[in-house]
Amino acid sequence: MVTDDTKPTDGERRPGGRRSLPNGAWRAILIVVAGLFVALVVWFLYSIVDQARPIFSQLGIGWIFHATWNPNKNQYGLLPFILGTIETTAIAMVLAVPIGLGTALALAYLVPPKVKAVLGSAVELLAAVPSIVYGLWGLVALAPLWREYVEPFLSSVLGWTGLFNGSDDGVGLLLAGTILFIMVLPTMVAISRDVLAVVPREQVEGAMALGATRWQVLRKVVLRDARTGLLGAFTLATGRALGETVAVALVIGNSDYIAHSLKAPSATLASLIFNNFGEASGTELAALFGAGLVLLVIGLAVNAAARALVRGRVGAAGGATSVAVA
Amino acid sequence: MSVLTLDPANDPILERRRLIREAAAASVRRRKLSSTIALGLCWVFLGLAVVPLVAVIAYTFAKGIVAWNADFFTQPTKPAGIPDGGVSNAIIGTVIIGAVATLVTIPFGLLGGLFLAESDGRVASAIRFSADLMTGVPSILIGIFGYVALVKEFGYSGLIGAFAIGMIMLPIIMRACETAIRGVPGHLQEAGLALGARRFVIARRVIVPAALPGIITGGLLAIARGVGETAPLLFTIFGSQFVTWNPTKPMDALPLVIYNNSQQPDPTLLSVAWGAALLLMVMVLALSIGSRVLAAYLQKERR
Repeated sequence: MVTDDTKPTDGERRPGGRRSLPNGAWRAILIVVAGLFVALVVWFLYSIVDQARPIFSQLGIGWIFHATWNPNKNQYGLLPFILGTIETTAIAMVLAVPIGLGTALALAYLVPPKVKAVLGSAVELLAAVPSIVYGLWGLVALAPLWREYVEPFLSSVLGWTGLFNGSDDGVGLLLAGTILFIMVLPTMVAISRDVLAVVPREQVEGAMALGATRWQVLRKVVLRDARTGLLGAFTLATGRALGETVAVALVIGNSDYIAHSLKAPSATLASLIFNNFGEASGTELAALFGAGLVLLVIGLAVNAAARALVRGRVGAAGGATSVAVA
Repeated sequence: MSVLTLDPANDPILERRRLIREAAAASVRRRKLSSTIALGLCWVFLGLAVVPLVAVIAYTFAKGIVAWNADFFTQPTKPAGIPDGGVSNAIIGTVIIGAVATLVTIPFGLLGGLFLAESDGRVASAIRFSADLMTGVPSILIGIFGYVALVKEFGYSGLIGAFAIGMIMLPIIMRACETAIRGVPGHLQEAGLALGARRFVIARRVIVPAALPGIITGGLLAIARGVGETAPLLFTIFGSQFVTWNPTKPMDALPLVIYNNSQQPDPTLLSVAWGAALLLMVMVLALSIGSRVLAAYLQKERR
């Protein structure tokens, strides 16, 4: 359908004149560009796999789940870093989901229009603040606060859970999770608010006409209608938290051991690569690329889980939004 | 013998009405209470979100503005102990690397977006999927990819840093362009086809101009994202204390200065890091605000 390059007959002029490309050539250019992009992605994935290959051929696959990272003894266990990655992301998302959703709801439906416009664009701008700025702020401003106030407080109130054993260092899992939370919050709020704002007005008004309170409208109509988009916001924020490197490396304390307390220093897969890549060679270098592969797989798994959840939920609800006012 | 019982106390119908009314009132009370609590919680969360974000901005501004002086903008970075260091090399590096990455990725991303917007087949959806995949790839992996793929061969250079930053920007620009182009009304393109215009001319004269606000917004947001990245630069441009405009040499960049100086015990270097953080933040915010203003202006211009 693109190659209908009929020749103009005498006296007829094509709009665009001489400086135009035949449809076939134009289509070819587009295909070449798209092909180059695919080639770039393949080159990237191939390089990572290729560089990681030596360690898989040397140690198989079980090394990934060992607990000891000691390149001098040829031990490259990634378990501490896998746990660190999951724990920091979990802390961030446990804070970001309720606070981000509450903020997005408030921004979309509760605040007066003028405040809405100001806060709305402020949130979008904050999403663009470089993560290194959050990291520096966490290291210089938050770490002392955490050491002096937040960690002693949490230890005294929640010490019985055993999650807050050990000394108050400031830097560690808890601070890294907090910084990730603050970092992904604007992204989370900006996307959620956009999704919440496009819920059809008739549905909202219909529920109100039935006598639903404002919260019932938000919970049973708005949140339910927007859940697919909200899951998208969650996935994107989780992905950023999993892969964030420098901000985390600044505030996590960089320890190669499994953390037995939320206050303890730890490391993530990304910060491991960041801190060791400069001096690594041989098998250690391969292990770092292996860590990169594991990180990619975790990210893909989160993505796939979110997609499956969307499909399952939409199927179960039959695509219809039921409003029950009780 | 009265047929009608007019005693309200014993009337079963009135009694039932009363019960229903009470139950309804109780339900309304209960629902209003839970609504008040939940909405109050939303307000609290809004406050909890605003406080740290305002704190980051305010703290960076307060710490950064004191580092801003003539030396900061005109002198290159200097090691600990040597006074009057600035970040001129890093400013030049960030601008050059950002400019090279933008000049390459904008046309590339625009053509890719045009392809995606016109194609719905299996190939296009595979490309769309890989673009989304690349958007989610941790930036440190792009950095070490740049190292093994290019630095090993050609040595550290600003160009490879621009390549790494471009890899982060490209999928964002491509998808933003696709969305903007898909938003162009179909009848504009059909009118062009009816006039006998070739596809290239329609793209150049009709589609791209109509989609320009979206393309610019997407492009500037991608640049804002790109110049703030640290991890892809560390293993590609390496950092350099020399002022150079030559992107084939190792260069410095603002995010690198922030990271390197934050690792030093010297308070002067830390102050320079805050100055650099403020400058980077101002640059990024200017790009995002600029993109919005420009897009709004172009939008108005058309009407």
